[in-house]
Amino acid sequence: MIWVVIPHHLRVLAQVGKEVGLVVPPPVTLTAVLTALETDYPMLRGTIRDQATGQRRPFIRFFACGQDLSHEPADTVLPAAICNGDEPLRIVGAMAGG
Amino acid sequence: MSGVRVLVGTRKGAFILSSDEKRQSWDISGPHFAGWEIYHLKGSPADPNRIYVSQSTGWFGQLIQRSDDGGQTWAPMGNTFAYDGVPGTHQWYDGTQHPWEFKRVWHLEPSLTDPDVVYAGVEDAALFRSSDGGQTWQELAGLRHVKGNLWQPGAGGMCLHTIVLDPGNPNRMFVAISAAGAFRTDDGGETWRPINQGLISPFELPDSTAEVGHCVHNLAMHPSNPDVVFMQKHWDVMRTDDAGEMWHEVSGNLPSDFGFPIAVHAHEPNTVYVVPIKSDSEHYPPEGKLRVYRSRSGGNEWEALTNGLPQQDCYVNVLRDAMAVDSLPSCGIYFGTTGGQVYASADGGDSWQAIVRDLPAVLSVEVQTLP
Repeated sequence: MIWVVIPHHLRVLAQVGKEVGLVVPPPVTLTAVLTALETDYPMLRGTIRDQATGQRRPFIRFFACGQDLSHEPADTVLPAAICNGDEPLRIVGAMAGG
Repeated sequence: MSGVRVLVGTRKGAFILSSDEKRQSWDISGPHFAGWEIYHLKGSPADPNRIYVSQSTGWFGQLIQRSDDGGQTWAPMGNTFAYDGVPGTHQWYDGTQHPWEFKRVWHLEPSLTDPDVVYAGVEDAALFRSSDGGQTWQELAGLRHVKGNLWQPGAGGMCLHTIVLDPGNPNRMFVAISAAGAFRTDDGGETWRPINQGLISPFELPDSTAEVGHCVHNLAMHPSNPDVVFMQKHWDVMRTDDAGEMWHEVSGNLPSDFGFPIAVHAHEPNTVYVVPIKSDSEHYPPEGKLRVYRSRSGGNEWEALTNGLPQQDCYVNVLRDAMAVDSLPSCGIYFGTTGGQVYASADGGDSWQAIVRDLPAVLSVEVQTLP
């Protein structure tokens, strides 16, 4: 099981708790995890990545194992701790303020 | 007992205000979709329990929500707004051509007769239609063929913000686009043409009478007289008597003819309401006095309506979709401000009260008159 933490507003939208468990066949890439997430929770389509381009939305960040994976190619295999289910992939709304 | 339901979209959620026909005491529910920008929500005239909502944020993009029980519960609908075919390009700020890119839904206009049909006006400017209650959307791409390559965004973005359906002719529809103008279809959205003759924009356009490029802010029509359409332009309040073939100015004695919303009385086709704003760079009422202006003559002669509205130190704005009327026997007028107040008049504008204060900035106000 792959674990994903999603932001508050998307939890409300998908009616889920803080962490979402997903079955993702290997290779466990960012694309594979997001596709699994959107398949299980179709209301999240377009909220994390653009539906037309598939690109990460500008104010979304992907954190895992203390690293920012936001700028990694989407087909990069995620760290082993994510693939093993030991650590969650954190989908984060970027800071905005003033 | 009849009543009204006021649907308020704000920067941080939606609110639903309900009252009986007296419109003196109000129940407020919300925030619905807390934290999200609600550009617009509107009920179906064919089924008042059905309400469509445009929900978005800069973080998570665009969602469409729908209620089938008058706003008690909601369900997410389809949010794929794909331009038809190769999207093409429009003018960009630097004069180059820029690809059409979907950003958000500004306005949702449910069909007058079919609760499953709804139109969406979007940024970058285009018109979409759903015939399955908002689950899927198809672009009416003929609109962008009307010199779309010459349209360019204004400071507020290149948005299609106004959709007016002709109750007497299901094939006729009017739309308005910021910094592009007004357009009309007579064949259900297949083909369109600009209807901007008579508009003059000397401060905004190099050719002040150009066929497209005028910054139309809002349109309003009375259902009994669909050839007469009123327009609040960037500057100028305009009127057409022939469905947009020619416009003439009816700003008359307004203290400023800049503004955003325009509305028509439910029972008096020649009674029109606007909210003058000082200027395009000073988005607040002239002299710090919040005044609705009413014309009972279809324009040109305007009277200030001030009873119950702040008449000093008021520097809010009223956005284009933030004024609406109910259709109770004594017509109610409603508008919301960027300061978070929603004002209502149950007597056609003679007197006003704030029916809610201190909401987030109000983006839109719609009213449902309930049996």
